[in-house]
Order: sequence, then structure tokens, then C-alpha cells
Amino acid sequence: MFPVRRKTQLSEDVFDFDIEAPRIAKKRQPGQFVIVRVAEGCERTPLTIADADAERGTIRLVVQRVGTSTRKLCDLSEGEAIRDVVGPLGKPTHIENWGHCVCIGGGVGIAPIYPITRAAKEAGNRITSILGARTQDLLILVDQMAELSDEAIVITDDGSSGKQGLVTDALRELVGRGEEIDMVICIGPTVMMKFVALLTKELNLPTLVSLNPIMIDGTGMCGGCRVQVGSETKFTCVDGPEFDGHLVDFDDLMKRQRVYFGQEQESLKHYHEKCKLGA
Amino acid sequence: MSEVQTEATTEKRPKKPRIPRQSMPEQSPEERIHNFNEVPFGYTEELAKLEASRCIQCKKPMCIDGCPVEIDIPAFVQLVVEGDYAAAARKIKETNALPAICGRVCPQEEQCEVVCVLAKKREPVAIGRLERFVADWEREHGLVEAPKRPAATGHRVAVIGAGPAGLTVAGEMAKYGHEVAILEALHEPGGVLTYGIPEFRLPKEIVRKEIDYLKSLGVTIECNVVVGKLVTVDELFAEGYEAIFIGTGAGAPWFEHLEGENLSGVLSANEFLTRSNLMKAFDPEHADTPILPAKKVAVLGAGNTAMDAARTGVRLGAGEVSIVYRRSRTEMPARIEEIHHAEEEGVKLELLTKPIRYLGDERGRVKQMECIRMELGEPDDSGRRRPVPVDGSEFLMDVDCVIVAFGTNANPVLGQSTPNLELNRWGYIKADEENGQTSIPGVYAGGDIVTGAATVILAMGAGRKAAKAMHEYLMSLGGEGSQPASGE
Repeated sequence: MFPVRRKTQLSEDVFDFDIEAPRIAKKRQPGQFVIVRVAEGCERTPLTIADADAERGTIRLVVQRVGTSTRKLCDLSEGEAIRDVVGPLGKPTHIENWGHCVCIGGGVGIAPIYPITRAAKEAGNRITSILGARTQDLLILVDQMAELSDEAIVITDDGSSGKQGLVTDALRELVGRGEEIDMVICIGPTVMMKFVALLTKELNLPTLVSLNPIMIDGTGMCGGCRVQVGSETKFTCVDGPEFDGHLVDFDDLMKRQRVYFGQEQESLKHYHEKCKLGA
Repeated sequence: MSEVQTEATTEKRPKKPRIPRQSMPEQSPEERIHNFNEVPFGYTEELAKLEASRCIQCKKPMCIDGCPVEIDIPAFVQLVVEGDYAAAARKIKETNALPAICGRVCPQEEQCEVVCVLAKKREPVAIGRLERFVADWEREHGLVEAPKRPAATGHRVAVIGAGPAGLTVAGEMAKYGHEVAILEALHEPGGVLTYGIPEFRLPKEIVRKEIDYLKSLGVTIECNVVVGKLVTVDELFAEGYEAIFIGTGAGAPWFEHLEGENLSGVLSANEFLTRSNLMKAFDPEHADTPILPAKKVAVLGAGNTAMDAARTGVRLGAGEVSIVYRRSRTEMPARIEEIHHAEEEGVKLELLTKPIRYLGDERGRVKQMECIRMELGEPDDSGRRRPVPVDGSEFLMDVDCVIVAFGTNANPVLGQSTPNLELNRWGYIKADEENGQTSIPGVYAGGDIVTGAATVILAMGAGRKAAKAMHEYLMSLGGEGSQPASGE
């Protein structure tokens, strides 16, 4: 069992956890993820490790309530425990001193970009972060990201925080004012990563994205997470989760991510009904 | 329940009345396609005694050599004749800690039973069914007991992977008196017994009980540990393990890289079966994991895994399930019994047929599969006649789910993190066939990660051989153990 040591609500549907998992905390590197199974009957859900404290033996997970299993996870209180946590999985981010690194995080994707940004900073990069969300309430970890960044740009669709617009607008503006950019790392909703990658391809900027496809075992066994990267089919869990953004077929990925949508809605409905009965 | 049938033997002038090989009663196809309960019910005591009495107790029994774990078959069969089922169970467990599993999933027809003397003229003794009966009888009567533990040797062994090979090694090593820890990547032990083989062929309760038996021998199992990620082989040595067995299986699914293969609805047999078996997607009342509600399923391949996937598809409510295979019925690698069960349940065989590409709808879901008919040409390297496409025979098959069961590759995770471990060109671990020794002293390997996808019992056989060698290795280290060996 993996006890919840701290739980904070970051926005309506986003929760921030410290989970006791000492061995993972010691081993994990930026870019890696874990798979959690909250309780018997729950799905195996992949979650990027947002941070870790090797001394305290905890890993930090930022979780957005989407389906039944993530909702059950977010319903856990401090002191309760997750049944299964396995990891660290996936390949760590390849970090080097590129020079000027732009770290783009969208919504809950700001959590996984955070440890990568820190590692990039520690490697000597100048960091510009672009933090985007639909609206102010969905922005997370802004202060912590700002602390790591030489410049932090906040941008929301509705202008409720920072500038109004999309992360691609902010990136365009950076380039427009003559900034030399050596590396772009982008994590967020698939559609956002798609448009960032389209733009950076046009601008000829190397771009790393971290994918979040449907996954079961996370160790290369099921192939559910396969994704088209250039001319090759890759397994996100063992070959990724990070890939060259210019090679990923995002349209294909988005279709694959939606395949169980109907059943997930059905399952969620059942869960809500059960909760009402229990209350 | 269907009637007890006998598999009649026709002989012109029998010298004395011969007892025919006894069938197991089983659920009728009409009934079982609506549930995930086990198909055969197993022998009754009467049937078991009758079947056991067919054994002529050969002076030089061939069946023992036919068994990868060398069960003393005539001895346990004789104990069944005598009605001493508990003793029969103990006899089997001298060399096989997982009899209820083996009695169900071993291909006895190509191992112990094929060499049975009776098979020359009539039908062999139903050794597998008797093994299953004995194990079930012992468990159902609550008589499973742990044998006396030997004196502890003080040596520590790590086993990577709680599948058939790893479980066997663990059981053997515990019986030698070593301290054994199994490290399992998934949240439940059992490997393919848990995630792969469906409930209706191998109830998970039985897998759990047999694993409990291993625990009673002193084996510990830690789940959620991916060796190569959370801990490396070298680190296991540093933690004080002196010998390590790798039994990680051949868990990476094989895709043909056809056009449209990444359409939704095209999935590996591993994914489909893992959703249904490990994650219990067949039971949406108790499990959150979804599975596609498919109506027209094509399963590609004709091995046991393909049959498992097809029969699971039937039970999940697909009206039409077809096995699509590029060779003919004779070459199908699945057990005859599995093919028979699948056909009884309405699974169609599209033989001499090969998929070329998949076509999808606007949402990216597979809706059709283009196939080509094949004919058999000259024999290839495997001795089987090579299938050759028939020009102009392309046709479209309507599908809303395609399950790819062509086989598996070596899983790369452990190899990548263990630089000294020699792999062959397909990524499988190089290990001595006789004792499982790898390129690293103290590290042994066996099962699918060495041989490529094979059977449960062959993995167990490899585990048994490796355990013997590991024991000798540990004893050669001398002392009271706990000498950290080098991972180099």
C-alpha cells in the first residue's frame, strides 16, 4: 500500500498529492511516470511524476479527475492509501545544456513539465516558460515554475490570467521579438502539443513532447499505447513517453485516446449513482 | 451439464472388455458462451478411478520422460486406483508445485500422453485429466499442506517474474532451504496464468491457491516491482541476493506493420486478454477497465492465445468471431482441444487467408479488413508448407475489432538495463539449455524470455533445471550465504 501523505486541491478538478513510495522516490528521473491502481477493480492509470523527495520517501502526483478511476483517486484523503503504484516507468528525459530552452505546459501538463524544467535549469539552460490554460482556475504551479524560469509567460484562452491567447501565440511572440530558441519542450493536451509542434516545425525549432495515450501495463506488454512516430510504430511506455514532436502523428493519437469515451462516461455515471446511494 | 461421453475405441476382437478413455463432463456450448465459468467440470471419483485403472503400470514408463517436470506418473495414477488421492497429490508435488494449473493447460497430447504405451494401439491414459482431478480433490478437501521446510541454508535468491518459470524456480529453491523473493511487475502474480489465460480455461481462484501453496513453502512475492526500472540486477546482488533467476516472459506483442494497424479496434491479444483477465473488464459491475463491445471480431493467428481471444470475444457478446489464418487446419498451432472448443462455441475458421490492410471510418475505428486467399506451396524452414498468395483473390471482410495474435517479441526492459547480459539477435536472453546459466555468473534465465513464446509447462521445465543448477551454484559458494556476489 502507498499512503497519501499530503493532498491539496489545485483547481476544481485537479489535485496535488504526495504519495509515500520511497524506492520510486529514490530512483525516478525527470520525464518518468508511474501507474497507479487506487483499489481493487480500478483501472491502471499512468501519471507522470511531478516531483519527488527522496529523503521523505514521497513522490508528487498531480491528478485531474476525468474518469471513474481518477475520481476515486481524487476522493482519497490524507492517511488513506493507494493499493498499487508501479514505476518509475518510461525513459527519462534526455537533458543537456542546449542554451535557451522554452518549456511549455498546458493545464495539468504544467505538473510533468515542472521536474523537466528544473533539470534543464540545473543543466545550465536559460529557461523561458509558457504556462497556458483555458482559464485562470486551471493554471497550476505558476509560482514554482516562475521561480525556475528566467522568464515566465502566463497565457489563458479567456485572458483571466496573464495574456489572452494560446501558448502558440506566446511562442510566436517570443520568436517575433528576436529570441534565439535552441529547444522547445511541450507537455499538455494532445491538441495543444499538435499545434505547438506544427508551429515549431515551421520555425525549425527542435521540439520534445510527452504523450499520454491509453495504457494498461506500462511495461511494453500490451501495445495499447502505440503511436506513429515518423515511419515507425512506437510503444509510448517503453520507447517514450517523450518523442520528437515533429514526427508524432497527433491526429492518430487523438483518435486512439477517444476510443473508450462512451464506456468511460457510462462507468462514471454508475459511480456517481453509487456515491449518491452511499451518501 | 452434458452427458458423460466415452471416447469409444473400436477393436475387432478384444481379449477382455476394455475400458475406453474417459471424457470429462463439461458445460454445453450453448450454456457456456454466456458465462466465464470453467468449461470442463473435471472427473468424478468414479471416472478418475476408472480412467486410472487403464494404466498398465509399464516396467519402463515412457510418460515420465515425456513430462518436462518428470512427474512419477505411474505412481500417482496407481494411488488414484487405490483411492488415496491425498498421497497421489503429494506424489505429483514432489516435482510439480502447480498441478491444478498443469492438469488444465499442459499439452499432454504431445508430452506424456503421446508416449503412453496404450497410445500405440488405442488411446493413451488421460494423464492430464487425472492430474487435474487429484489437485482439485486435494484443494477442495482442504488437504493442501506445506511440506516440512528444510533447514535454512542462509542463501538468498531473487526471482524476476511470477509466471510459470519463476514460480517453479521459487518453489524448488524454497524446498532446498533457500530464502526466495519473487519480484513481479504487475499488481498480481501469475504472469500469463493471470493476465493471459482466460477464467473459463483456468479459473484465477485456482491460480491464487497454487500460489498460496508456494507462499506456504516460505516464498515471498513482491508485486509492482519492474526490475530494470525500480531496481537493477546489479543492485539486487548488492542487496545481498546471491543468485537471480530471470523469467520475465516474451511479453511484447508482435505486429505486422500493415496499413491501418493503429486504427482503434485493432489491438494485440495481450491487450485484449489483459483487459478481460487481469483487469476483469468482462465484469463491468466490479471493474472500471473498459473493453470494446465488438460485434464482428477477427482474430489473427491460430495458436492457443488466438483461441483464448476468440472464445473471450464470443463470451463478451460478439455475434461473429473468426480466426483468420494463412495456413490450413493441419498447421494450426493451437491444441486440438482448444480448436474443438472454439468451433463448438461458434468461432469460424477463415483458413488460408491473410490480412493485407485495415480500413477505418472517420472516427479512426476499424470497419473492414482487406484479405487475400492463400494456397500451400513447398515446405519452408519449419517443415510446414509455405502459404503463397493467390493472385486476384483479395476481398473485404467487415470487422469492428481485430485481435492480433501472431505471437510475441522479447520484452526489452530488463535487457536494456543489464549491459552484461548477453541477448541473441531477437533480444531473447542467451542461456544454457541444460541449466539456464546466462552470461553473468549467478544469473539464470528460463521460459519464454529464453525460448520465445512457448508453453507453460516448458517454462516450468526450464525453471526446474535452472533451480537445480542454481542450488549447486549456491552450495559451491560455501559458507552460510550472505556473501554478496559480484554482478560482473
